[in-house]
Amino acid sequence: MITSILVVSGIGLVCGVALALGARYLSVEENPLIGTVTELLLGANCGACGYAGCGGYAQAIVAGEAPPNRCPSCTPEALAQISAALGIAPIEAAAREVALVLCRGDDEQAQKRFVYDGITACAAAAAVGGGDKACRYGCLGYGTCLRACPAGAIEMVNGVARVHPELCISCRKCVAACPRGIIRMVPAASHTHIFCSSRDPGATVRKVCKVGCIGCRICTRLAEGAITMDGTLAVVDYKQPLDNEELPAKCPGKCILKV
Amino acid sequence: MKVSPAPFLFRGGIHPPDSKTATAALPLKDLPLPARLEVSTSQHLGAPAAPCVAVGDRVTAGQLIAKASGFISANVHAPAAGTIAAIREAPTPTGRTATAIIIETDADAPAGEPPYKPIPDWREQAPRSLLDRVAEAGIVGMGGAGFPTHVKLSPPGDKPIDTLILNGAECEPFLNSDNRLLIERAEQVWEGCQIIRRILGAGTIRVAIEDNKREAAKALAAAMESAPDDAHIHLLKTLYPQGSEKQQIYSVTGRTVPMGGLPMDVGCVVENVATAYAVWDAVVNGRPLTARAITVTGDAVNTPTNWFAPVGTSFADLVAASGGARDNLAKLIAGGPMMGFALPSLEVAMSKTSSGLLLFPRECVRPYRSMACINCGRCVEACPLGLMPNELSQAAEADDIDEAENRHVMDCFECGACAYVCPARRPLVQHMRRAKAVITQRRRAAAQQKKT
Repeated sequence: MITSILVVSGIGLVCGVALALGARYLSVEENPLIGTVTELLLGANCGACGYAGCGGYAQAIVAGEAPPNRCPSCTPEALAQISAALGIAPIEAAAREVALVLCRGDDEQAQKRFVYDGITACAAAAAVGGGDKACRYGCLGYGTCLRACPAGAIEMVNGVARVHPELCISCRKCVAACPRGIIRMVPAASHTHIFCSSRDPGATVRKVCKVGCIGCRICTRLAEGAITMDGTLAVVDYKQPLDNEELPAKCPGKCILKV
Repeated sequence: MKVSPAPFLFRGGIHPPDSKTATAALPLKDLPLPARLEVSTSQHLGAPAAPCVAVGDRVTAGQLIAKASGFISANVHAPAAGTIAAIREAPTPTGRTATAIIIETDADAPAGEPPYKPIPDWREQAPRSLLDRVAEAGIVGMGGAGFPTHVKLSPPGDKPIDTLILNGAECEPFLNSDNRLLIERAEQVWEGCQIIRRILGAGTIRVAIEDNKREAAKALAAAMESAPDDAHIHLLKTLYPQGSEKQQIYSVTGRTVPMGGLPMDVGCVVENVATAYAVWDAVVNGRPLTARAITVTGDAVNTPTNWFAPVGTSFADLVAASGGARDNLAKLIAGGPMMGFALPSLEVAMSKTSSGLLLFPRECVRPYRSMACINCGRCVEACPLGLMPNELSQAAEADDIDEAENRHVMDCFECGACAYVCPARRPLVQHMRRAKAVITQRRRAAAQQKKT
């Protein structure tokens, strides 16, 4: 009995002394600013800034290795607070970008070639004869992007993925996850988009989808340089202002929408 | 000449109904030359062949129309004389798309000389020249994977081959193309097999045939009688997947191919009987591989038939020649029902690896809901490799690809035994396939990063 008590107390004493010495001589000074900045960041750990999570980015900011405006989901207020905490001049937020699925060919608008009866993953569906969607550029609708999104900003609407821009934290995970590569980052301030990614000629597009770009070039004339042609596909150049209100109504493919 | 049961049996495996009776007794029929052939440049594993003809060119039967591009690749030849109508992207039976050369055939063209010089005296020729012929003739593994045969037949010097296994198992249900080839053309298959042995310098030949194909075994035994040899026919217990290379090596020799290894690591090479026939044709007759046996069957085709058809024949033409499809056609499979590929339409052309085309009616294609794994372990019992499909599929489902990789998902060869026995009807193979695709992609990206 006595022996046990002595042994256990002895172990406790030795460990206590070791810990006290460790705390005295082996401690690492951490800049308290890092904690402050980490708390001001969103905490999504999405990696969009290029660092390993918010903590890693905060360390880089405090060390002066990165500007504080690289977090795409940081609000202007939070950015101002970070600048204030760092004691630097307020830095302007980078223009916010949101993800956009460039396809609206849902179950009603776009045709399917066969019944797919397998696991719900877009890459798996695409491996079966190129996917059930007749258009080989269209959204497959099996939700791989939805599961990749850390913010829950993607919803499947009638078999097509749709990003809710107000929820998007610009992390680009969906862009990387989409096996068809039809998700693009666009400025949040732009509202007119071309919802089609098909590079097939117009006749092919017409056959398989009611809302596809047929390459008629009407929009390129109306948009005065803000829409360019990439082969038979019209693409918005977001660097130019695009404010022609007539565009959605004039598009014969019905794939230009204002959202 | 000995016929005996195989001395060993691999673990696992399943017994699907073999459903071969509809076509087992039907002799191979030559398909009338279709008006149009769509010859893919990617009928093999590895880099697609590079087309060496232009639209409008006239080609003769057997003319080289696409050259092998790289070490693992294979030549492609014109199956018939005609005119090149187009060179465009076309779907392949494996569900991908690849460049295809479309030939408008000319049925009146004279037969002409064989494109390569026949070598009837191959027994006196150097193995090297025979190997070159196999490469020229564009021969690939015709059992299904389509690995270029000349690559398989040139193992590195430090891997001596002592056993050549001729694979006539045909363990996939419904198919009879290899079975019929053995019954009707056993002598040619046997001679092809001896040519392969000469190329390899292998000691013994073992023939593996499932014991439900005794007629084929008898025919081959008769052919081997006239060419006495130390070869041996092993009757394998009818069990899926006996036709798989690694399982067959174990059944026949008792040797286990190491994980991630190749048959040559245990001194074996396995060649399909159709490949041996193609080798015979290329060496003895100087004809490249441009036609093969294919079984068209299933309850949704009017006249199930075993065809000997030119490569590039569209499946639509094959079905039309087989009396057409019934109205209740609901599912198409290129290859066998276990490892074949579901096709989106009949507008796909057969390739050097197409051993069968299956048409199933609506009654046979029951849609089902897959459920959560109930951990019964039947898939583990069925897996011929001793993998744990239950754990692998759950890891893949949870996107934990690293876990699947640690549990050797890359060794899975997608035989489908696990999915066949799963009472929860989980799409196990599809999960595994997805995990493998992700891992392959990652490895490729890592290799690329290392390069730059």
